[in-house]
Amino acid sequence: MTTRVAVLTFPGTNCEFDTVKALNRIGCDADLVWHDARQLNGYDVLVIPGGFSYGDYLRPGAIARFSPVMQAVEEFASAGGPVIGICNGFQVLTEAHLLPGALQKNISLRFVCRTVRVRVETVRSSLTRMASKGQVLSIPINHFEGNFTCDDATLEILEEEERVVLRYENNPNGSVNDIAGICNPTGNVVGIMPHPERASDEMLGSTDGLVLLESLCSVSR
Amino acid sequence: MLFTVTVEVMPKASVADPEGATIARSLDTLGFPGIAQVRAGKVYQLSLEAPSEDVARSTAQDMASKLLANPVIESAAITAVARTDTAGIR
Repeated sequence: MTTRVAVLTFPGTNCEFDTVKALNRIGCDADLVWHDARQLNGYDVLVIPGGFSYGDYLRPGAIARFSPVMQAVEEFASAGGPVIGICNGFQVLTEAHLLPGALQKNISLRFVCRTVRVRVETVRSSLTRMASKGQVLSIPINHFEGNFTCDDATLEILEEEERVVLRYENNPNGSVNDIAGICNPTGNVVGIMPHPERASDEMLGSTDGLVLLESLCSVSR
Repeated sequence: MLFTVTVEVMPKASVADPEGATIARSLDTLGFPGIAQVRAGKVYQLSLEAPSEDVARSTAQDMASKLLANPVIESAAITAVARTDTAGIR
């Protein structure tokens, strides 16, 4: 059965069409779902795409967290459904406390937009189950607030439980332990700064993002 | 009673503050000597209707922990002052 993906869209989201296109390319059905939706029945996977939800007012993701759809996202996540936050989506998931830590301004105080190399650190997340541990992927990043931080105790737990999903080979933003993405204890909720949808076609310079999207779409509940 | 409530959100001491560090360097370049450190934060000023100063302050504390500050990286300091005139409030 074809995997059905809801791509959640907030005012200011701007990567939703790229994400739908990349998901379609690998054979998923993907719908744009506006942030005022109160139920997400019938979907197998949720993606919170990149952009600037609510203009990044207050803090990136801080306002989106209170959108009506987020209640349904929490229920979906606690039932074990795969929920992926890309870039601004990662920021939304930390603000919503579905993932620990926070994303601060890049240490350089510069917006960074380039392709980086990230290493797959675990295959126990819904985003990496079809990748191999240690695999290095070239995927673009595009952010001002991607500098992941958390307290020492949280960092220890993340490392011990192998919940670092992707790690930068060359840290572009100052994030602690070179972290580019993490997951929740059960691995179904994942947040990453790199944009796999921008590495989904030869024409874009890389297809390394496909293995992540394919992992995601290999799960039909 | 109407209060002017100020919520001062600052990066925690344990958190790096590249913005503050850059401002410190710029001030130094401009010729201001003796800067040991600059920390950059945000200030929110609310006009808040509340029965007492304590209630105004605890309401603002609740606002800070739920929305205005991210407790992972920021702390919030709150002051509440009773307003005697309400001119300019819209």
